[in-house]
Parts: sequence; C-alpha cells; structure tokens
Amino acid sequence: MPVNHAQAVLNGERLALTRALTQIENNTAEGLEILEALFPHTGKAHLIGVTGAPGTGKSTLVNQLALAYRQPADGTIPPRVAIVAVDPTSPFTGGAILGDRVRMQDLTGDPGIFIRSMASRGSLGGLAAATAGLVQVFDAAGFEIIIIETVGAGQAEVDIARLAHSTIVVEAPGLGDEIQTIKAGILEIADILVVNKSDKPGAENTLRALRNMLSMAHPEGKHINHHGQLMEIDSETDQTGNGWIPAVLPTVATSGEGIPDLVSSLNAHIDFLKSSDLWQLREEKRLKNQLETLLGTALRSRWEKSISPDIYQAALAKVIKRELSPWRAVEELIQGAGL
Amino acid sequence: MGNSQNKIRVLIAKAGLDGHDRGAKVVARALRDAGMEVIYTGLRQTPEMITEAALQEDVHVVGLSILSGAHMTLVPKILKLLKEQGLDDTRLFLGGIIPDQDKPELIKLGVNGIYGPGTSTQTIIEDIQKACQ
Ligand SMILES: Nc1nc2c(ncn2[C@@H]2O[C@H](COP(=O)(O)OP(=O)(O)OP(=O)(O)O)[C@@H](O)[C@H]2O)c(=O)[nH]1
Ligand SMILES: [Mg+2]
Repeated sequence: MPVNHAQAVLNGERLALTRALTQIENNTAEGLEILEALFPHTGKAHLIGVTGAPGTGKSTLVNQLALAYRQPADGTIPPRVAIVAVDPTSPFTGGAILGDRVRMQDLTGDPGIFIRSMASRGSLGGLAAATAGLVQVFDAAGFEIIIIETVGAGQAEVDIARLAHSTIVVEAPGLGDEIQTIKAGILEIADILVVNKSDKPGAENTLRALRNMLSMAHPEGKHINHHGQLMEIDSETDQTGNGWIPAVLPTVATSGEGIPDLVSSLNAHIDFLKSSDLWQLREEKRLKNQLETLLGTALRSRWEKSISPDIYQAALAKVIKRELSPWRAVEELIQGAGL
Repeated sequence: MGNSQNKIRVLIAKAGLDGHDRGAKVVARALRDAGMEVIYTGLRQTPEMITEAALQEDVHVVGLSILSGAHMTLVPKILKLLKEQGLDDTRLFLGGIIPDQDKPELIKLGVNGIYGPGTSTQTIIEDIQKACQ
C-alpha cells in the first residue's frame, strides 16, 4: 500500500502527493514507508530557503520568485516549483494560523506549482525533521525548485539554512535603526541578502549597512555585483572560506522589481556550488543532519516506550527535592530503560 | 505512532467580490486557539482557487464565508470541484448571510454546517471537532 502510494507520487498524482505530505507531517508509519520508497528518487532539486523578520515581504517575494521560475526569459521549459511555507505553532494552544498563501494568489491555477503550508509544531527536532521530509517528497515528485519560507527567528532559521542549498535572508527598511535590525550571525546563513521594500524610505541605508557588514567580513572583496553574476575572487580573501560573497540585492516584491537579478544570483550560486565540491558537501551535511535528528527522536521515543511513567515521576520528584542530581537521574533513567 | 501530531486542518476562504473578512478572521483565530491549524487564503476566492488550496493543504475542513448572496451557485460548484479532485471527504462549513429558506437545500447538497452572524465560535469549534472525529 505505501509502495503504491509512493508510485502514485512519482507518477505525479496530486492527491497522492498531498496525502503523502500529510502522512509524513504526522510522522505516521505509512509516512515513513512512503519516504523510504521515495528516497532513491531524491537529490535532484534546488532547495532555496527564504527567511527574515516577520512582515519583511518573504511570501510576496516567494510569489514573484515562483512566477519568474515559471516564465523563463529565454523560453526554456520551466522547472516545476514547490513551496513549503512554515509558520509558528502557538506554544499555548498548539494551533496555528498559516497565512502565507494570501500573498501567493498569482500562483493559483498553474499545475507546475504546489504550495504547502506547515506549522512548526515545535516537537523535538520537529521542524527540521518534518520539513526535510516534505521537501524530499517534492524532490522525488519531480519539483526541481523547492522554496522553503520560514520566519527568521532562532532555531527555525538555522534549520532552514542547513536544509537549503541557497539561503536568502530578507531585510526591509524602516524597521527602526538599520544596524540593530540586522542580526549578528546573518552572514553565516545568508547566501544572498535581499533588501525588500526598496520603494520605501531608508532602503539605501539598509543596503549600505549590509554592504558595510559584508566588506568587513570580506575586506579584500570587490564591490558586490548588482547583476548577481558570480565574481572572481581570491578564496584567501574570503573569510567564510568557501569563496562565495553574498550578493546584496534591492527588490520590490509587490511590483517584481529586482526579481530577475535575484534569479540570476540564485543561478550563479547553484553554478558556484556545483563547480566546487560545495554542492556535494552541503548534501552530505544535510543528510548527516537529518540522520542525527532522526536518531535523536527515535532514541527518545524508544526510551519513552520502555520506561514506566512511575519510575520517571519518582526520579523527577527526587530531583526536585534535591535528593538526586539531574545528571545521576539521567544515568538511572537510561539504565532503567535498558537502552 | 505519533497520533498526538494529528491536527485538524481548516482552510478559511472568503468567496465573492464583496468587502471585508473580519468575520473570517475572528473564526480563524478562534479555531487556532482551539488547537487547529488554520490556512487563511484571503479575499475574493473563486471555487477553483478554494479547491486547489484545499487539495494542496490536504485540509479536513473548508470554512467558507459568503456575504454576497451567491451561495446557491458557489456552493454546488465547490462541492462538485472537490469531488472531481477526489476530496469527497472534505467537510464544508458556511458562514455569512444565508437566508433560512436556502439552508435545507444546502445541507442536502452536503454542507456540514451553516452559521449566521453572531454564532458563538464555540459552537463552530465543537461542530468541526465532531465532524472530524
Ligand atoms: N511597499 C512594499 N510593500 C511590500 C513589499 N513586499 C511586500 N510588501 C507588503 O508587506 C506586507 C507583508 O508581506 P508578506 O509577504 O506577507 O511578508 P512576510 O515576510 O511573508 O510575512 P510573515 O510571513 O508574516 O513573516 C504585505 O502587506 C505586502 O503587500 C514591497 O516590496 N514594498
Ligand atoms: Mg509570509
């Protein structure tokens, strides 16, 4: 049954695809078997992460990006585009409002596009594991471009950057002091920096602030190319050590301005990854990451099944009374579970 | 395994060309607060757009707000399109201004619940939970 289901996904049946995504999101046994059957067919897609502060225009930008991919300027056959839009689950109620589709209305009616919203659900390793799973289904189903949108906050941002081949960090002017809105660590995850809402006052300042930050990280680097072409640079001058200096691009997602440059920059990044061994390296890292997350989750759930709640509660009570240290408790609980 | 992860997924759509979506947003928030995952699609949704979104999001429930009076044409069309996509098991709930005399016909067509202005969100939540058991 799961094998037939996987075959239907490979055949491009949209109902089978959407039901597979649900099974995997819900982490069911059938979902795992579907993934198992699909896994040999994965590894072809270009995974693009889009992250940034709330309201910077990520969904509007994704809408434009998908449109651009679907209408190549050179008239070649367009790639199929899948979008995974992640929004946070409310920690208080477990519910979520997933509103990214509102900005992606232009994409309806195109059978070469599939948009799936998902809530972060916040379980252990949940976002990373489930998102990676959904992405693998789309990959196997033949979507060559997979765009993952997530709000740039904490772990989610890092998870997406690890998952994607190319990560776009979206900034917008007018969020207050430019320097403060630009978070430390951004350069570690951004392959491309976009200043969206460039029609708004202050865009020049934000662009300048980002370019200054970059030139500090890459002191010898020539100025960033506006047209997204890959620059020749000496890898010794590149402090991130991989030879890629992020482009800084202004866009207006509501009108589409700057989108062609963004697409060329993404293409340049992919060419760059593939011409070095970085593509392979990122793939390896990604799979290692997935394996470790799965292992962690599986070990924990196995442990949970094999230990009686009473023993756990008793240990917890002792820790709370400070009769037992948490470290010792962990030792005993693991031994008690016979792992 | 992992049954605690199964969430009720609801698509909230506003059909027709008229005005605002305040009511739809209030319902969306109430459903979220009841622990559901609510996919909000915005204004001016056509039956085709609603069906496509329902398929892609694999929702249990479509919650449709219609203020325009076009429910007798929109609802049969949406139900037909859902069926064509193999989404026969998707429940359809209606909100908005639906005259009493149209309700029996809509229920016969397969609508699961109809809610006028002023319905308590608790009623809607309970009906959805019951329909999704
Ligand atoms: N002026 C201007 N407004 C924009 C631009 N891009 C997006 N917006 C508007 O900004 C608002 C937020 O856009 P979204 O695309 O929903 O932003 P987002 O980053 O996806 O938001 P979250 O997913 O909630 O974090 C909407 O009202 C958009 O119309 C732009 O380039 N210029
Ligand atoms: Mg968004």
